[in-house]
Amino acid sequence: MTTFNIVDFVNGGASPSDFSQYHSCGQGQCGCRKSADGDDAQEPRVRADRIPLPADMPDDARRAFLKGAAAMVGVTLAPGVTLFAFGSDEAEAAVKPKPADQPVSDKNRWGLLIDVSKCEDGCDKCITACSKENGWTLGGNPKTDAQWIRKVTVRNPKTKATATLPLMCQHCKYPPCVDVCPTGASFRRADGIVLVDKHICIGCRYCMMACPYKARSFIHEPLEDQKEYAPRGIGTVESCTMCVHRVDEGRQPACVEACPAEKGKAMLFGDLNDPNSEISKRIAKFRTTEIRADLGLDLGVRYQNL
Amino acid sequence: MHRIHYRQLAAESTGFWGLLGGLAAIVALGLGSAYYMEHNGHIVTGMTNQIVWGMPHVFAIFLILGASGVLNVASMASVFNKTVYKPLARLSGLLAITMLVAGLGVLVLDLGRPDRLIVAMTTYNFKSIFAWNIFLYTGFLAIVGAYLFVQMDRKAGFLTKPVGWVAFIWRLALTTGTGSIFGWLVARQAYDAAVMAPLFIAMSLSIGLAVFLIVLILTYQWTERPLGDGLVNRLGRLLGIFIAVVLYFVAVKHLTNLYAAEHAGVEQFILWDGGIYTNLFWLGFVVLGSLLPMAILFSDGGKTKYGVLLAAGLVIIGALSELYVIIIGGQAYPLILFPGMEVTSSFYDGGINDYSPSIWEIGLGLGGVAFSMLLAVIAMAALRFLPEDLSDEALGLES
Repeated sequence: MTTFNIVDFVNGGASPSDFSQYHSCGQGQCGCRKSADGDDAQEPRVRADRIPLPADMPDDARRAFLKGAAAMVGVTLAPGVTLFAFGSDEAEAAVKPKPADQPVSDKNRWGLLIDVSKCEDGCDKCITACSKENGWTLGGNPKTDAQWIRKVTVRNPKTKATATLPLMCQHCKYPPCVDVCPTGASFRRADGIVLVDKHICIGCRYCMMACPYKARSFIHEPLEDQKEYAPRGIGTVESCTMCVHRVDEGRQPACVEACPAEKGKAMLFGDLNDPNSEISKRIAKFRTTEIRADLGLDLGVRYQNL
Repeated sequence: MHRIHYRQLAAESTGFWGLLGGLAAIVALGLGSAYYMEHNGHIVTGMTNQIVWGMPHVFAIFLILGASGVLNVASMASVFNKTVYKPLARLSGLLAITMLVAGLGVLVLDLGRPDRLIVAMTTYNFKSIFAWNIFLYTGFLAIVGAYLFVQMDRKAGFLTKPVGWVAFIWRLALTTGTGSIFGWLVARQAYDAAVMAPLFIAMSLSIGLAVFLIVLILTYQWTERPLGDGLVNRLGRLLGIFIAVVLYFVAVKHLTNLYAAEHAGVEQFILWDGGIYTNLFWLGFVVLGSLLPMAILFSDGGKTKYGVLLAAGLVIIGALSELYVIIIGGQAYPLILFPGMEVTSSFYDGGINDYSPSIWEIGLGLGGVAFSMLLAVIAMAALRFLPEDLSDEALGLES
């Protein structure tokens, strides 16, 4: 499977030629649409994960700088804007940006850990953030509107105990959606992120039949005002991208960033392949659950206290 | 057996052109429905993010199963040496091609991006049974085309048996592939069963023979060509056996699921309290589509053309009912995310999903059925597919 670089996809001419088939035309001809409010990356906001660094700065130095900057921003901005509310240890969740001219590597396996005990009933900040980031909105047709992430309430009918948790694409290591896709539009990047190539998706919806998590949505209506980095198109299937455009820039998914920190974040993003990452440490220390683990799909999203 | 003479349909009568015009009108309605769906998006259909495959898929799979099954009549002649059916082999092959083309047409026109058909034909993921099926379908068309050629060409007749064998094996592979579209869906309670492949093969045999009998009886009635009761009775009894085989596989599927506690929910839904799905299963498929036609076919009713015609029509109603239950009912029952728990969400997790087919979906499906018949009628008028005389005397049968 050819690795697919979302930054190349967005930046058009900067991409290696072998990725050219994936370029967005930017004019709506291929199912993509130019964002109405321009390139989000050019907003003049000061954010710890977007501080321009020298291109030749060593990775370790870059990492240390980012951690320091995160700590600084953490005390100067409002809590809601803080990226690394966990403190310095939690800042390990930040990831190294991937240079745009390098392919995705299987040295990383990006994943999420969701602590269900910290996920509050009624809180939907992760959903709002995902919707805003990726440009999908609920348009009044709940049965056909796309939902990349949703809150699910689970109730034990015997004990009456309930839990609420965010559910999205679980980014399986062995994704059934990828197995069944006739054209290969549904694919898994080397770093574990499962995506849909909107340019070769024919809209057969077999992946939706195959997904155990109901994570995918079909676009039933014409769309407008899409984000450049999250191309969508009528007649194609889509789902959570783990904010791959952010991950490639060394940032966290929008849902993780938006998860409230007051009582400790419920969502943690990181590299499951890195034993020193916060997410790996937590998974090693606490018992975590995969939804429908019986299917043996080796999920990128794990749940704690479920 | 007397020497069999084949003759085209006479494209002269008002009835012929009326039939052609009627079928063309239904095809046009189907194309119009597809255009409307593609222009506005699937929002105008009854399909949702819960029921992702709807009425077009019921019709498409009906046609695809029928296509492989209708070829069985030709296989009986050239593979199983039942020479009495040899005069029927050309019509059998013709219907196999037209039904498959129409079924694929419906599937393609229901795609979210039918304009990307070329992508589907050039970009493959070979782990997908869908991708395999593209080769199985196109290969089937080529093989059955060759099968027809060797039957109709004076010099190539000696190849009929080997080509017939290839076609027979290919059609078994094709229907296995169609059944595996569902059988290999590990996530859904109603599917994920190896029995889906043989069940679909059995259904293809009954659908295919029912369609063949209807076309045969009506065509010979309208063209006033002789058609022997003995021949129809034989094929009718075979249809009765195929119906029993389908019932057997359906029973195995449900009994196996009923034995496993984890599948109790979906079985209760389909068999007991699933509303439209339960009704379609018991009344549509079991009673009207299986028991009643078997009663007709294995009684004196099966000895008349009209009895067999009625039974074949009932089999088609039953097959559409069962396909609706399998395809739509299987999606109406929710995915089990947390076994034993009650689940709710804004995305309709944990609840029974409702579905009402839109007129556009039904139009597209009926357009596909009409297209298969339109192609068949045109071909029968253009080439010599139909024997002039299928009386029992001409076939050497005792009436």
